[in-house]
Amino acid sequence: MYNKKFVIPGIIVFVGLFTAPFWTNTFSGKHEPAKLELPKAPVTFFGEERTACVEPREWMAANHMELLIDWRDEALRNTKRIYVASDGKKWETSLQNTCMACHTNKAEFCDKCHDANSVSPYCWDCHVIPQGNNNEF
Amino acid sequence: MTIAFAATLLILIVGWAGSALGLQYLLGVILPLVAGAVFIIGFIWKIICWAKSPVPFAIPTVAGQQRSLDWIKPNRLECPWTTPAVVGRMILEVFAFRSLFRNTRAELTTIDGAPRVTYFSNKWLWVFALLFHYSMLVIIIRHARFFLDPVPCCIAVIEFVDGVFQMGAPRFYLTDAFILAGLGFLLLRRVCSVRLRYISLPADWFALFLLIAIAGSGICMRYVSKVDINLAKDVIMGMATFSPVDPSGLGAMFFIHVTLVSALLIYFPFSKLMHMGGVFMSPTRNMKCNTREERHVNPWNKPAHFHTYAEYEDDYREAMIEAGLPVDKMPEAKTEA
Repeated sequence: MYNKKFVIPGIIVFVGLFTAPFWTNTFSGKHEPAKLELPKAPVTFFGEERTACVEPREWMAANHMELLIDWRDEALRNTKRIYVASDGKKWETSLQNTCMACHTNKAEFCDKCHDANSVSPYCWDCHVIPQGNNNEF
Repeated sequence: MTIAFAATLLILIVGWAGSALGLQYLLGVILPLVAGAVFIIGFIWKIICWAKSPVPFAIPTVAGQQRSLDWIKPNRLECPWTTPAVVGRMILEVFAFRSLFRNTRAELTTIDGAPRVTYFSNKWLWVFALLFHYSMLVIIIRHARFFLDPVPCCIAVIEFVDGVFQMGAPRFYLTDAFILAGLGFLLLRRVCSVRLRYISLPADWFALFLLIAIAGSGICMRYVSKVDINLAKDVIMGMATFSPVDPSGLGAMFFIHVTLVSALLIYFPFSKLMHMGGVFMSPTRNMKCNTREERHVNPWNKPAHFHTYAEYEDDYREAMIEAGLPVDKMPEAKTEA
């Protein structure tokens, strides 16, 4: 092999960069799946006590951002304040009055996944960040 | 083109069908780990193969005037004679694709009624190559958010800049559009130009189709057929810490994307994509051009046996004089006698 003094450091840099996830994670401790604080008590909407989310849980986990942005546009641009879910139930299109009525704690719910995945939504540029826990308004 | 397209489609179908048939663990955990190992080992193997090829001579390339006499202006970057200048040339090559910048296009034109070949600068390939490569780099760096826990803040800065227009949710990334624009140009250039289409091989098409499929499936996974990225992160972190997590809860798009990426990683070391490592080993870029200053002797030449003219004349002097041929050295004894 020729030019060992350049080729070998080059290979070391390459391997170091491309295996970075493997060796950095051995130093930074074990990855824990995000533990969300889920609502404990049912909340009343439209005179009905509800325990399930607007849409199915799996769908919400992947698509909630789309729902929220649609709600924003519907409420603010089309003044449409009622959302009819896929199961026919009516909901008010409001982050604070609907979503946060159950998921009251941003730090224990929203931030858990967002921080873990480096997501920084700009909801809170306009909305007030709720501080309390479930039913502590 | 058809073969390459079919091959890409086949990989896509394998990813989709595998996730539908319950092979999520194989496609989502085992395949990427194997592909990563093939990529790293194959890459090193290829580099070592190349490093075994001797390149004993500096290679001055066209467009660079070598340093010689004082009154001839040398070209420091095209024909560097010092190590810092070589480093400068390499940096410009790696980060700015300088040799592509000098790309020219030859065309048959008519000037004053006579057919002429004209060459003119053609920067489109350079622009779109740069666009594609830098988008790819940003996208790879952005993916670090799935591989690192906690996510370093520099990743968040890149994400912020990339999604600076704050369009939609999840936020639209500029590089997603740029990488498709870059790849689209590189593909259309091969499709539209007859000469390029003629010299394009399945390997050329396959790399492009595969990259387009990867970018497309990734974009699709982000904006259209979304997956639960929190679960995706758990799966990827499980891989990165060698404590695998069951990925069966993830959507089909994740497995299509991962299968395509694994195919790319496996294909990479054995394809033209190895220019990633090869660019550092280009002999016309990484060597000093000092062939006029220094004598470069081929190090493995066998010691040659020379028979000089003086020795030749010593052997045949008498015969040469007899035949009336001029000789350099007259035999003194003979002239006296």
